[in-house]
Parts: sequence; structure tokens; C-alpha cells
Amino acid sequence: MTRKPKLAVWKFASCDGCQLSLLDCEDELLAVAGAVEIAYFPEASRAIRKGPYDLSLVEGSITTPHDAERIHKVRRASKVLVTIGACATAGGIQALRNFSNVEDFVKTVYANPAYVQTLRKSTAISDHVPVDFELRGCPINKTQLLEVLSAFLNGRRPVTPPHSVCVECKLHGIVCVMVAHGTPCLGGVTHAGCGAICPAYQRGCYGCFGPQEVPNTAALSRHFRSEGVAAKRVVQMFRGFNAYAEPFRKESEAQEPRGESGDRG
Amino acid sequence: MTRRRTKTLKVDPLTRVEGEGSLFVKIKDGCLHDVQLKIYEPPRFFEAFLRGRHFSEAPDITARICGICPIAYQMSAVQAVEDALGLAVDGPLRELRRLIYCGEWIESHVLHVYMLHAPDFLGYSDAIRMAQEHGAEVERGLALKKIGNEIVSFLGGREIHPINMRVGGFYRVPTRRELDPLAEKLRWACDAARDMVRFAASLPFPEFEPEYTFVSLRHPAEYPMDQGRLVSNRGLDIAVSDYEAHFEEEHVAHSNALHATYGEHGDYLVGPLARYSLNFERLTPGAQEAAREAGLGPVCRNPFQSIVVRSVETLYACEEALRIIESYEQPSAAFVDATPRAGTGFGCTEAPRGILYHRYQVGADGSILAARIVPPTSQNQKRIEQDLREFLPARLGVPEAELTWQCEQAIRNYDPCISCATHFLKLKVDRI
Repeated sequence: MTRKPKLAVWKFASCDGCQLSLLDCEDELLAVAGAVEIAYFPEASRAIRKGPYDLSLVEGSITTPHDAERIHKVRRASKVLVTIGACATAGGIQALRNFSNVEDFVKTVYANPAYVQTLRKSTAISDHVPVDFELRGCPINKTQLLEVLSAFLNGRRPVTPPHSVCVECKLHGIVCVMVAHGTPCLGGVTHAGCGAICPAYQRGCYGCFGPQEVPNTAALSRHFRSEGVAAKRVVQMFRGFNAYAEPFRKESEAQEPRGESGDRG
Repeated sequence: MTRRRTKTLKVDPLTRVEGEGSLFVKIKDGCLHDVQLKIYEPPRFFEAFLRGRHFSEAPDITARICGICPIAYQMSAVQAVEDALGLAVDGPLRELRRLIYCGEWIESHVLHVYMLHAPDFLGYSDAIRMAQEHGAEVERGLALKKIGNEIVSFLGGREIHPINMRVGGFYRVPTRRELDPLAEKLRWACDAARDMVRFAASLPFPEFEPEYTFVSLRHPAEYPMDQGRLVSNRGLDIAVSDYEAHFEEEHVAHSNALHATYGEHGDYLVGPLARYSLNFERLTPGAQEAAREAGLGPVCRNPFQSIVVRSVETLYACEEALRIIESYEQPSAAFVDATPRAGTGFGCTEAPRGILYHRYQVGADGSILAARIVPPTSQNQKRIEQDLREFLPARLGVPEAELTWQCEQAIRNYDPCISCATHFLKLKVDRI
């Protein structure tokens, strides 16, 4: 009899939402638990099994010296390592610190800077160790998470389309908020996976799934500017939950008004 | 040669809680020597990077503090911003906000009751192992939790970090008809929640009733959720805007979260026990009756029975959600227009784990100049340690493995959300 694959779920700097997505699979949870051995998942179980693990899901970004070491241990203990969510894949919202002058920032924020151990930057897991697959989203889509688990169990690559939210809108027949209402929308450069929920609720996409494959961010910025969106606002649109994903980071830096880079706390 | 009889109980990591922490209990010569709840979850600097962002981003950004209770963050954020802008959101828009909050209470409470807390009482490591012998119970929990999530995702766009809440109201409001399928499910949910209360009441509870200082919101007519004054069982009765005049924080060396204190009373408790004990008569008649049947009086001081109180509040949230849907009339606009103006605003709502306080200072151009956020778990942290100090001395003879488990259970009574509590460290930003 073959043993069940061992699953581990790890947390770094994050909100817990992506691992909660697994518990939010109410209809499938018991089936998942039947197909894998949940060997390390502290949010859900006090039973902790030793590694190695067949599949590790990693949530959160690296922000402390301790975590920068811990991720190497996780990698060594994992046959397959999948990052889940914007923090693990791009550094998350906490990567906004990466655009500040951290020396001043730490001195301003902490009465006793020595007490708090924090790195200058919040970085993605792939900046530290090799990653086998990255699942996007802030938060991830639970259907895509099930696809990742199912693909892993069947020895195939997960199918998560790399096209844009714009394409999802068209697939769902959603009226374009930018064309019809002039609402600034990042859907044209953002990775699909959410189901285009923001345009469906009559607001512009704010990029929580990060950049799509080969996004034309410069063209979108030009369009925003021609529609009268202030440069500072364009910078902030790209500096959201995936601010440090390279295409978004470069675009926000390109749009940053000169001499004002230090005013963002 | 004499041996020092020092024993240290260590729980690292704490499990079935949200976020990363650990517990150290030191027992010396048969006496309890020290209790430390350590929070090592890394800080993420929310109040710092909110500065300079537009007020309209506050609900989306602060939601990311916690994936378990994003609605609570969005609700406190929009109320604080609306207070700064002098905006009133009432009628059907406010009802819809209560509806989505009911969804979060259901989802969060059921998650804790069935998946995080009940396994302690029944001796299982987790709900999945519990399901092998209590399949019907766990399946009921999953079905109820799903309905809570369906309310949030229907009104909010998705379960975690919903996208439809905005300053002034919503981006899109539902039609009357779109809500009908939820009403049907909620009728089942009300029955299921009554069974949930009976299940929770059937669990074994240790005798333990500390003299708590309870703090919660209180509203003239409603069980507190999104509005009210801050009250306690020690005579407190203040407006939300006076919160900072009455509550302070201490910095303790062993934790990445500050400990909140309430004047000379010191530690205090927020969350289900406080809400229930300060607002019992505001519950629906159905929820009051279920509580009485479960053996609860109008005040509950046994933290282990918080699992029953959460179940009663789940029933309340199901009944309240159904009431809102049945009386819903679609508003003419999805939101009230917000015009930027300089000012400071305060917001406090009842997250599933207790009061969540936000303050924003907004500039004339709509930029956030300063932000302060006080989550419930930071407020409970000191009280959690105190519970252990009072609970453990009579039980020091219990075998170590069992005692360790009892400590964990006593912490899980609070459904602590460590991810939330940690960002609290940034509070120092405002004090310098």
C-alpha cells in the first residue's frame, strides 16, 4: 500500500488569509484530508509530524533575519514547494517598506530599534530559495488552490491561465469600467485568477493578483495620465499588494514624480 | 546536592490559532513562577504605510491585517474615515453593512467553534480527526461556515479581502431578488445554529470564573456590532472618540504586540463573553432562549464556555441576517458621495474577537496623515496571561502533557488572532 503524500503549510509575514482558503474549501476539505496526510498545519492542527514533506504550501514574505534562515530549512524539508499568495510571491503589502528610507524609518518608528529585528526589505520566497510553483492573489482563489493540490497529486503542472483580468472580463461578458465609466482599472496588466470581481462590482481592478505575463504597464500609465489621473496616484496604483513584483515596481518608479520619492512614509 | 525543581512547559508553536506565537510557563518548586505568551509574528508596519495613501484605500489596505476578519477592519476603517469626513451612512446601506458583518461573525465563529476549539474538549488534535467519530457535527459546522462565507462573498465579491466595501457604502448593491436564495439558506442555518448551541453546551467545562472587567460596545436597541458607545461592567460609558483617553498600552519585552490596559482595572476582556454579558437583553428572543436552554445566565464568566456564547452569537447573526434580508429595500444609490476635508475620525466595531478601534487623521486633499489601529487580541493579551495565572495553580499536579494541552485550550478560549495583534507594535509611530 502506498502512503499518502505529506502536506505542510508554512506561514511567514502575512495575514493568514491564504492558508485560511484551504479551510474555506468547506465542500472539499474532508476529501482533501482523505487524499493527503496533513503533517504540518499549525493553524488547523496541534498534531505536528516531522519532515520531509512531499508538498509544502508557503504563505507570507521574508521580513526578519530569523525567517530568512527558516525558509531554507523549509526548502530542505520539502520535495515540492509552492508559494501561495502575493506576500510569498511578491513580498505583499508589507513590501511598501522597500520604497522608504529604512534607516530613517526604523529610527522614527522605534524607541528601541535594537529590540525589533526586521529586514530592510520584505521579499518573495523565490528571492531566497528555488520555488516549484507560484500561486497568485491577495488572497489566492480557493478553486485555484484545489487545482494546485489536484495537479500535485496527479503529477502534472497546475493550470492557472497567465492572461489578464481584462480577458476574464470579456469571458464573463462584464462591461468595461474604464471604457464605459472612465474608472481607472489595472485589469489590462493584472494576472487572471480572481474572476474579474472588481469590474463585476463596478469598480476598477486594483491589481491584487500581480502582473500578468508580459504586461504593457507603460501604455496603461500613459492612458491613465491622459485621462487626468495624477502621477502620484498612478504610482500608488502600482504600489499596492504586489508593489515589489518587478513589472509593477519598475512602472511605479518610472511614474514617480521627481523629488517627491521621500514623502511616502 | 540539591536539585532545583524547575519545570518549564513550552508550547511552540501555539496551534489552532491565527498567526505565530508561543507559550512559556515556568513552575518552580511546585509553584507557578511565570507565564509568558510570546508573539513572534513579524510586524508589518500598517500604520506607517497608510500615511500618504488616499482615504478611499483604507478599507482595502487594512483588510490585509487579517484574513480571518477582513470585514471588521473594513468596517472600522470606513466608519473612522466617514467620521472624519462628516458622512452619515444609514438606512438600507447600513443594514447591508450589518448583513455582511453577520456573514463574517458566522464564518469566523463557526470556524473557531468546530475546527479550532471543539477538538480540545473532545480530545482530538484537529477537526479532521474529530470528523472520524463526530462526522455529523463537523459536517454541520462546515455547512454553517459555508453560509457565512456565502453572505460575505455575495455582498463582498469574495470571502477573504472582499472588494465591495467603500467609504460611503458599497460599489454595487444587490437587488431584492438577488438576496432571496440567501434567505432560504439562512432559514436552515437558524435551525443548524440552534443545534450548534446544544452541541457546544454538551461539552465538559472546567470550573473557572475569573472576575473579569468586560468591555464592549452597547447600542440603545441592537446587539452591538457596528455602532454604539463603549461600556464596561465597571462603570465605563464613553463615546468611541474617547477610547484613547481611557485605554493605554504597555510595552512588554517578550512580545511583538503591546498590551492594552484600562485605567486602574489593568487587564480587561473584549469579545463574545464581554458582548454577551453586557448586552444579553439585546439578543433576539430566539438567541436568549437558546442561551437559557444551554444553561447560561445573562452573564457568563467561564472563558471555557465562550464556545457556547460564540454559538449563541452565531444563532443571533443568522437570525439578524435573515431579518435584514426579509426587510431589505434596495437603496437608490450604492454609496453616499464623500468630499475630502481635513479632520480626524474614529471608528470602533465588534470584530468576532472583540472591539477593533481605528483612528485616522485625513488631510484636505484626502491623504491619510496618521493612522492608529487597536485590534482585539492586543487588548486581550494581558488577560490571557492572567487567566493562565489563575487557572494553573490548582492544576500543577496534572501530568505535563495534559497540563500543556489545558494551557493551550485556555488560550484558545480567546480565539486569539496573533496576525492582527502583531501589527500593533507600530503604535509607537504615533507616540513619538
